[in-house]
Amino acid sequence: MEPVYTYTKGMVRTETSYCPGCTHGISHRLIMETLDEMGKLGETIGVAPIGCSVQAHKFMNVDMCESAHGRAPAVATGIRRVHPDKLVFTYQGDGDLASIGTNEIIHMASRGERISTFFINNGIYGMTGGQMAPTTLIGQRTTTSTAGRMEEQTGAPMRVCELLATLPRAVYIERVALDTPANINRAKRAVRRAFEVQEKGLGFSFVEFLSTCPTNWGVTPVDAMKWVGEKMIPYYPLGVFKKPEEVR
Amino acid sequence: MSEKVLMKGNEAFSEAAIRGGSRYYFGYPITPQNEIPEYMSQEIPKYGGAFLQAESELGAINMAYGAAAAGGRAFISSSSPGIALMQEGISFMCSAEVPLVILNVSRGGPGIGGIHPGQADYNQATRGGGNGDYKVPVFAPSSIQEAVDLIYEAVELADYWQNPIMIFADGILAQMMEPVILPEFKPEIKYEDIKKLKPWAITGYGDDDANRVTVKSLRMQPEDLEQHVDYLFEKYAKAEKELVRVETLGLEDAEIVFVAFGTTARITKEAIELLAEEGIKAGLIRPISLWPFPYNAFDQISDKTKVVISAEMSMGQMMQDVKIGIGKRFPIELINRTGGIIPTSLEIAQRASEILRTINN
Repeated sequence: MEPVYTYTKGMVRTETSYCPGCTHGISHRLIMETLDEMGKLGETIGVAPIGCSVQAHKFMNVDMCESAHGRAPAVATGIRRVHPDKLVFTYQGDGDLASIGTNEIIHMASRGERISTFFINNGIYGMTGGQMAPTTLIGQRTTTSTAGRMEEQTGAPMRVCELLATLPRAVYIERVALDTPANINRAKRAVRRAFEVQEKGLGFSFVEFLSTCPTNWGVTPVDAMKWVGEKMIPYYPLGVFKKPEEVR
Repeated sequence: MSEKVLMKGNEAFSEAAIRGGSRYYFGYPITPQNEIPEYMSQEIPKYGGAFLQAESELGAINMAYGAAAAGGRAFISSSSPGIALMQEGISFMCSAEVPLVILNVSRGGPGIGGIHPGQADYNQATRGGGNGDYKVPVFAPSSIQEAVDLIYEAVELADYWQNPIMIFADGILAQMMEPVILPEFKPEIKYEDIKKLKPWAITGYGDDDANRVTVKSLRMQPEDLEQHVDYLFEKYAKAEKELVRVETLGLEDAEIVFVAFGTTARITKEAIELLAEEGIKAGLIRPISLWPFPYNAFDQISDKTKVVISAEMSMGQMMQDVKIGIGKRFPIELINRTGGIIPTSLEIAQRASEILRTINN
């Protein structure tokens, strides 16, 4: 009898260092399972910059390097020059990508690097203990916006997909969420598309995952999942912003 | 084949990096090193390498880190404020043990400073401008030929030490033209040989995940981090013995001993000739390696010497190392210009002669 569900060779058989209820486990698995299904685990190089997932290399079974905060797109660009035939990806949080690393991500997208970026947006700095991020929602309480984020002081939350979609060579951009089984299935399809865009040499591909941080949001894992649907998705609409015709 | 040509400094530096085996160049425009990205944009792709104009110096250093972590030989250049921006990456690469050749065509500071030649990046280069405990071997050429030879050699040195190597040049060497003998091209490294030569590089592990590697810097456990820093410093202790380079001149009977590096050393040699015409014997210690600094060369200074003079294009940053080198054996003086002003040989000779007169009286 064929099992319907197994471990993937893409994940190292160890416990992760993530908090209970955090969706990093899901997004890690979606990416690694996809590479496993594509038979590309040994032909892939990943970059994880500072943030909770800086040690993703302990869990993702591909060759990887760490990077300084925000610089993963530049690091991946250097890797791409040496290895034109490998799959290259970055796995970045929102403090990393949407704040300190905006320059690097915009220019990688602008150059249309044949690289895929997986953007974990949970609206907060997780590793450092719950400070406000550029993606923090208006009214959301964090350790640096204890009265709730105020637009007149800190601007409006940054919608990164929409921003990058204006760049001609950022060819595939999709926002997905990890809050329900149906959305997780959609997320996996997005991961697959991102790698296909890369394999076909069509340009830069970008998938944003609306993710949870129960620890720093101060809610239970179950409520965190609900919060994604109730608060995040209305501000960060799901869907495909750009997709080349060559990809299903 | 080696060949003698007349070349501008920046172009000769670039050619030396290519001939030494660098194949990945990432740059950002900043004066006075702009001929390097310009030259590389045309030349390095001819050898199967890649040129990329980065979005910033932060981008450039991190691209270089990526290329080198992936097993490529990377070369970057910038000038003082740009090198300041790159410190994050330099510290990171020392920690992660990733090789790189960095050329600083230094100019006057602080801040944006000016675009004329300077040596005020001495502390930044030798003390580590970035965070944490690390060392970068730094070599300071005083002619285009020496710069070419050092850059050429640095490509393999960086690989050997698995650490960034810095070449500390200045705007004069970069902008002038000199006849130079270009070394032969080093044999090409085949793509399939990267893994054999650099088993630590991230190349994709192929069929067997037992070969999986990671390149990293973070160590959350204090004991792990301490152990790693201790290990790095064992390596640096070895480098401190093996990488010292120095030129000495006329130390045996000198009344004045100059200490000078780079362009300033070249001008100081002329000053020594001018002093000889006046009947004053002067010698020179020219550190070629700024780290490791050639402290032992100072033991060669004889008791005939009355004063040691540090000649610099900074406010005396190297003097700290000169003091360590001479201890309390001799008085020490500084002859310097800064702000991008190059001291003349006459100026150095006159000031040195005045200093000697004061001491003799």
